[in-house]
Amino acid sequence: MKSAKDVLSRSKDHEDWIPLLELSAKEVFELMLGSKLDTASEIAPNGFDIAAMVGLAGQLCGILTVRASRESAARMAFKMLGAETEKDSQEVADAFGEICNMVAGNFKNKVSGLGDGCMLSVPTVITGSDYSVRSLAGSPPLELRLQFESLPMLISLEIG
Amino acid sequence: MNDIRALIIDDSSVMRKIVERSLRQAGVNLTQVLEAGNGAEALGVLQESKVDLILCDINMPVMDGLEFVKQLSGVENGKGVPVVMITTEGSETHVVQALSAGARGYIRKPFTPDQVKEHVIPVLAGKS
Repeated sequence: MKSAKDVLSRSKDHEDWIPLLELSAKEVFELMLGSKLDTASEIAPNGFDIAAMVGLAGQLCGILTVRASRESAARMAFKMLGAETEKDSQEVADAFGEICNMVAGNFKNKVSGLGDGCMLSVPTVITGSDYSVRSLAGSPPLELRLQFESLPMLISLEIG
Repeated sequence: MNDIRALIIDDSSVMRKIVERSLRQAGVNLTQVLEAGNGAEALGVLQESKVDLILCDINMPVMDGLEFVKQLSGVENGKGVPVVMITTEGSETHVVQALSAGARGYIRKPFTPDQVKEHVIPVLAGKS
């Protein structure tokens, strides 16, 4: 079995992790929301006003972020809970954070050698769009553009 | 599976609702569902209430699920209650740690109601 060190040193830019990230997200949406995610070639960078972040610490350090609109997040919460929720409710933020948490955990478990060497933080959810995040990551983030029920979402992984 | 009192421990209230729904879909007749947002809160709940089944996340603030399972037998109403972990932590090490600490089952998130059924029903039937 490969160690986390082997896994991390194999590729500098980790582009080969994008398919794993995509599979991780698609599984979460299919199993927990009963929804199919579509890959998007391009998405408009504006319109994302909710973000959920989960930190990774240990042999892999970084932040996994899921961004979408609050309208989209409310729809996700509806699909998870089977009940309508207000788009600014705590329940929507909770559901969106949990989606991010499951994507991060599922991704970590798919990268050989990382399962034991990396811990996840509890999720943080930010609403609003007028903010900036400065990460100490040493390389550009891996980005995955997706569509949930024709609404855009972005998953990024910044590796420190 | 009739008349089951369950304690669901997860820092996400949404996930607690999903776990409850999955238990009902698995055919578990829940007469009472108690909730806690972390292990310490759950130990407090067990000082007051008896339950037949505990479903517990691992990554939680204040007290995580592994520490909760370790402390469970020392608490009023905690002895012998089966615990099934439901968590994003899917490594073999976590599974071994949870089972060594006393958990009787382990479900990885994301999960389907069928997976909940597969892991919980044998535990309730005393087969696991």
